[in-house]
Amino acid sequence: MQRYSGFGLVKHALSHHEHWQKVWRSPEPKKEYDVIIVGGGGHGLATAYYLAKEHGITNIAVIEKGWLGGGNTARNTTIVRSNYLWDESAALYEHSMKLWEGLSQDLNYNVMFSQRGVLNLGHTLQDMRDIQRRVNANRLQGIDGEVLDTQQVQDLVPAMDCSASTRYPVLGASWQPRGGVARHDAVAWGFARGADSLGVDLIQQTEVTGFRKQDGAIVGVETSRGFIGAKRVGVVTAGNSGVMAEKAGFRLPLESHPLQALVSEPLKPILDTVVMSNHVHGYVSQSDKGDLVIGAGIDGYVGYGQRGSYPTIEHTVQAIIELFPIFSRVRMNRQWGGIVDTCPDACPIISKTPVKGLFFNCGWGTGGFKATPGSGNIFAWTLAKGRAHPLAEPFAYDRFNSGKLIDEHGAAGVAH
Amino acid sequence: MTETRTPSRRTSSGGRINRETSLNFTFNGKRYQGLAGDTLASALMANGVDVLNASFKYARPRGLVAAGAEEPNAILQLGSTESGQVPNVRATQQALYDGLEAHAVSGWVKSQKDLMSRFLPQVGKLGGKFMPPGFYYKTFMAPASLWMTYEKYIRKAAGLGRSPLENDPDIYDHLHQHTDVLVIGSGPAGLLAALVAARSGARVILCDEQEELGGSLLSMSGDCLDQTLDGQPASEWRDAVLAELAACDDVLLLPRTTANGYHDHNFVTLHERRTEHQADIAPVNSRGARQARSRLHRVRAHRVIMATGAHERPLVYSHNDVPGNMIAGAVTTYLTRFGVAAGDKLVLSVNNDHAYRAALAWKAAGRDVVAIADARSAPSGALVEAARAAGIRIITGAAVIEARGDRRVTGARVAAIDIDGFKVTGEVEELVCDTIASSGGYSPVVHLAAHTGARPVWSDEVHGFLPALGAPMLKGFDACGAANGSFSLEDVLVAAYASGVAAVEACEYPVADTIVPAVSALVEAPMLPLYQVPHDKPTARAPKQFVDLQNDVTAAGIELATREGFESIEHVKRYTAMGFGTDQGKLGNVNGMAVAARCLGQTIPDTGTTVFRPNYTPVTFGAIVGRHCGALFDPMRYTAMQEWHVAQGAKFEDVGQWKRPWYYPQGSEDMHAAVERECLAVREKVGVLDASTLGKIDITGRDAREFLNRIYTNAWAKLAVGKARYGLMCHDDGMVMDDGVTTCLAEDHFLMTTTTGGAAAILEWMELWHQTEWPELDVQMTSVTDHWATLTVTGPEARALVGELTDIDLDRDNFKFMEVREGMIADIPGRIFRISFTGELSYELNVPANYGQYVWETLFAKGEKYGLTPYGTETMHVLRAEKGFIIVGQDTDGSMTPEDLGMQWCVGYNKPYSWIGKRALTRPDTRRDDRKQMIGLIPRRKKAGDERIVLQEGAQIVFDPDHAIPMPMVGHVTSSYYSPTLGHGFALAVVKGGSARIGETVFLPQADGSTLEAEITAPVFYDKKGARQNV
Ligand SMILES: Cc1cc2nc3c(=O)[nH]c(=O)nc-3n(C[C@H](O)[C@H](O)[C@H](O)COP(=O)(O)OP(=O)(O)OC[C@H]3O[C@@H](n4cnc5c(N)ncnc54)[C@H](O)[C@@H]3O)c2cc1C
Repeated sequence: MQRYSGFGLVKHALSHHEHWQKVWRSPEPKKEYDVIIVGGGGHGLATAYYLAKEHGITNIAVIEKGWLGGGNTARNTTIVRSNYLWDESAALYEHSMKLWEGLSQDLNYNVMFSQRGVLNLGHTLQDMRDIQRRVNANRLQGIDGEVLDTQQVQDLVPAMDCSASTRYPVLGASWQPRGGVARHDAVAWGFARGADSLGVDLIQQTEVTGFRKQDGAIVGVETSRGFIGAKRVGVVTAGNSGVMAEKAGFRLPLESHPLQALVSEPLKPILDTVVMSNHVHGYVSQSDKGDLVIGAGIDGYVGYGQRGSYPTIEHTVQAIIELFPIFSRVRMNRQWGGIVDTCPDACPIISKTPVKGLFFNCGWGTGGFKATPGSGNIFAWTLAKGRAHPLAEPFAYDRFNSGKLIDEHGAAGVAH
Repeated sequence: MTETRTPSRRTSSGGRINRETSLNFTFNGKRYQGLAGDTLASALMANGVDVLNASFKYARPRGLVAAGAEEPNAILQLGSTESGQVPNVRATQQALYDGLEAHAVSGWVKSQKDLMSRFLPQVGKLGGKFMPPGFYYKTFMAPASLWMTYEKYIRKAAGLGRSPLENDPDIYDHLHQHTDVLVIGSGPAGLLAALVAARSGARVILCDEQEELGGSLLSMSGDCLDQTLDGQPASEWRDAVLAELAACDDVLLLPRTTANGYHDHNFVTLHERRTEHQADIAPVNSRGARQARSRLHRVRAHRVIMATGAHERPLVYSHNDVPGNMIAGAVTTYLTRFGVAAGDKLVLSVNNDHAYRAALAWKAAGRDVVAIADARSAPSGALVEAARAAGIRIITGAAVIEARGDRRVTGARVAAIDIDGFKVTGEVEELVCDTIASSGGYSPVVHLAAHTGARPVWSDEVHGFLPALGAPMLKGFDACGAANGSFSLEDVLVAAYASGVAAVEACEYPVADTIVPAVSALVEAPMLPLYQVPHDKPTARAPKQFVDLQNDVTAAGIELATREGFESIEHVKRYTAMGFGTDQGKLGNVNGMAVAARCLGQTIPDTGTTVFRPNYTPVTFGAIVGRHCGALFDPMRYTAMQEWHVAQGAKFEDVGQWKRPWYYPQGSEDMHAAVERECLAVREKVGVLDASTLGKIDITGRDAREFLNRIYTNAWAKLAVGKARYGLMCHDDGMVMDDGVTTCLAEDHFLMTTTTGGAAAILEWMELWHQTEWPELDVQMTSVTDHWATLTVTGPEARALVGELTDIDLDRDNFKFMEVREGMIADIPGRIFRISFTGELSYELNVPANYGQYVWETLFAKGEKYGLTPYGTETMHVLRAEKGFIIVGQDTDGSMTPEDLGMQWCVGYNKPYSWIGKRALTRPDTRRDDRKQMIGLIPRRKKAGDERIVLQEGAQIVFDPDHAIPMPMVGHVTSSYYSPTLGHGFALAVVKGGSARIGETVFLPQADGSTLEAEITAPVFYDKKGARQNV
């Protein structure tokens, strides 16, 4: 793999950039692989990367029906934080956070992970109780966090209206300084490049249309380019996971909902941190390009069309203007949507399935981008060993039968 | 002193400007004059202002390229006051008004520092080399700790305009429109389609983003090459059609109105700018009211006809970004519509006939056309012949391969080219000029048609993408004219007529007679596809050839992306940022795809298609928000007694949408003092709470009782008329979601109460189950929350006090606990419920809301002698916690079962029909006995004063405080107060297996590193037997 560096860039500039290598190959699929990953989003690519890097399994294919990283990975608002309420999820997201912190160097690809801090605002007395509770938990989990009062919030975000005269005044916030944002495409490309260089075949424009089983065990996948064999298959298809489970012969308690986001036109720097509000129901950060990146909650209905309804956009913008009235004259540039796979307890499923050798990693819903390295890392472990990574154990799919739910709803109405 | 220049670029006659009315404006602090009818762009051009911005990545000088929505460079900051700032206004779409103030958005152009403005463009030219696409991803990685510092500088350089720092003084309206036919775009296609529909009696909305309706008809030059319609000049035909449309009752004409988003089921958002052509802040009207700055029309149309025209594509050649490089059609428009010539000496580089108009208009304006380079070997159409006849030099088989100049074009390098071989074939000729206009063909404006996900389809005939008409996402959607690839006026009108007729038929009106106007002939020869022009050096080494001007994306950048393996067009776009600007790549996308296709050795359709997302052009957030901001962001709900509460100086708490009195401080009392006083008043005498906000749902029907059985966890079969019962509701996951008292008013009539915040959601929840799962049940539900005012009178003196107001017999045996009575209360018919949330003897008085304040005041008139004290939610919380009564949402969090709360008495596992949550509650994990359970906590007191310790709500609980981090947590404090009645602090909490741990000590690690201790107790702290409410 051609290593990237500032020096290399200068060298290439002098030769008119004519000698850059391909970031990845476009191989023909082989007949059989040791492991097949279905879905070339961030999670799938990270899984392949860690399988090759940490478990020495390199005869791997990632099969992607479109272009790499073109699903929710390309559509999300890139908020990264680990200040979840419950131990199980906090441990999972903190594992991911630690990987984020060295990811650019590990991948030799700048994923622009920017720890500009995440504020979760409180607007009611109950919000503040919940914030206290979550920050207290985080402290004992070893995760950074602080409860801020109104003035401290105002100092961090001068552009926000923290006065007492708003409809829902800001009473305080939780503050995770290590949280932030990253460049979504770069995450997918960095993992793809890393995986490819370790020998992983990235097969694009190829749809997995079915699973072939023998005696209750997986033997390969049917694709739009024919059958490809593998005794171990990991499915990481986000909003499409319910459909994939059905093809594999079982059902998952997932609902696929549209989730929308929008950006303003680029502005000079005005907002330095990520600001999220459950109560007013919206969140915003400013990208390095200057766009305000804005989102809120899912559309209430289920579907697979990657677009949502206009009222959701209206409500989202209302929330942002409630928090930042000075943005009223700023203009909205683009909106888009993705399809997110939500679980009843707002937590993922990282699990074996009734089909031997077939594993699913899904249910990340509205908040899985932040988990990308962590999810890939423990899913790789799980696929390599054939049993759940300790951090993945609580996220088995049979928790819905046993009732051992990890309910993050209470802690994260806007769960990004 | 006004510093103005003679507008030397202004032509002597023609155009749609008013030469009598001059308007003053400033750009970067300098004063200029324009004319009424100018856009900011045409006025700047008339004043000879070439450099409007510096490009965002390479800081290269940039000027006007286009005349409309596709303009990528002329993005300016508008506004004469702080609150009136508007970032990122496209000068080509901003009408000029007197007093307009505009600024460049980029540093050196804005500051006009001469040294910088000489120096930086040079840096841009050089520095560009080190900033290929993706350079961020390849650098700034070492040392890791420095990334945030690097990023700080990256961010500083980012952004176009700036946000205002003061609140917006303007207002914005929303209108909801329903129409038969919505026609978007008012060129010849839109006008004729609208006319056909209007004549046939359909309701029609016709909108256009420009200041005037008429589209391309407004840019006709008024000379012999203009085509006539039915023998009339185009402008006369336009005036006549508009006059006829304006006279129709059911036609709404909306100029300055952009259709920004096309959504499912023919839902279209139109953004009508009402005052932006007058001032940055909307004027105040004659009645002293501020007018709405804009209106957002939310339109549902039976049929949508998209007649949005086409955008001309520039050719991609070296240094095609230097000011003075424009698209040909824009040159024509500035001349014919605004009477401004972009310069003096023009070189035109084209691959089609239509663009020749620019040269002809230029010549007609008395300017010098140096040459036309036509990529075709033998161009021949009528316009070509006219150019020849005018003596214009035409260089065939050739193109401009490079522009000369820094801050303004000074020359053009023209050479013969071989398109298929992608190379320069002949000698390069250097032409002296100040303006280069290019045309590479026309891209239909298909954006709206792509918003619902219907991917546009490439047409080899049109050499552009066409809307995917007929796709399932485009039901009821049609397109005509240039938007659908018809470019000759004759074809446009025929297609428009057909679209109009189809729409009328779809709306089931009889089609009225309309004749397609006859058009005078104009022969145009076919175009020759050309996108990127070859240079005498290979693309990677040639001077920059820009594809996306706003994002500084070059042909070499796209080539590099494909070289690096980014083969999907989506990857190319994301890697280079092509099309991600505020113009969404209107000029550049097709060229970019062509470059990618060339590099990958495939066709454009092989390379992919293009997606567009709302908005077509950016929309002010304020317009999207409309009136739903400030005080109207969310409805604010008050009870009928609000005035009284305010007069008493109550502090309020937001609960759901309600403002609830939180406590009533007297004198200098703080909350704690007030709450202690209020608590003691209730325990010792009598207090009153405004409980009107609790949700009230009136449930009627033959099966109302059965319905309750299924919704609640407990049984309702035996509740007698006149009796009330506490009920608990679970979600289908078995977790408690709401609670409240429900009363049986008649066999088929119940009144349910819910939590204040949960009311709407619970009604929706019940409707969901009724409508989707149990439609066979005869039950009707109505929200009556705000029909009633509720006064909770509670305390030992409650009976005596209430007795003074009512004719209802309050005798303890005749009106028992958990019963309801109807009667007169302060001479108002009402109901009294004998239920208690404080543990004291309580009566909840319900009267029609309009009498609430009257009854409340009457109560206080009688209450003085009993020491009646109003209390708020905080006191209510303390009193109920002393009794161990939960508050759903505070003591529960969606993970507590009834059993976890110690409320197994409230679950009827034996009810004949299953109820919501039952199955989930029987899962093994919900039956475990080490689940977190509700208990009480009393802080351990070690010294005097410790009785004042109040545990923090949200404090985490551990068994082993010495455990290393991560420390296993076993629960948390849900409610915690100081109890003046008990004389010490106490709390409700959940603890793993807590109900079996009564008497044990738990620990609460604090943020400051200290640890508090507390003893687990039963969660009832006061009057454990419940005697006090039963007196
Ligand atoms: C608008 C929006 C905002 C969001 N904001 C945030 C945020 O701020 N922070 C955060 O942490 N998370 C956020 N998320 C969630 C986050 O994007 C996802 O949880 C995460 O990206 C999921 O990653 P993935 O790799 O599993 O999914 P994806 O990137 O969607 O990848 C799944 C891939 O599987 C492919 N696939 C599907 N079916 C098949 C098949 N049959 N054969 C082959 N391939 C198939 C798809 O094409 C796709 O590329 C947001 C999501 C959206 C939509």
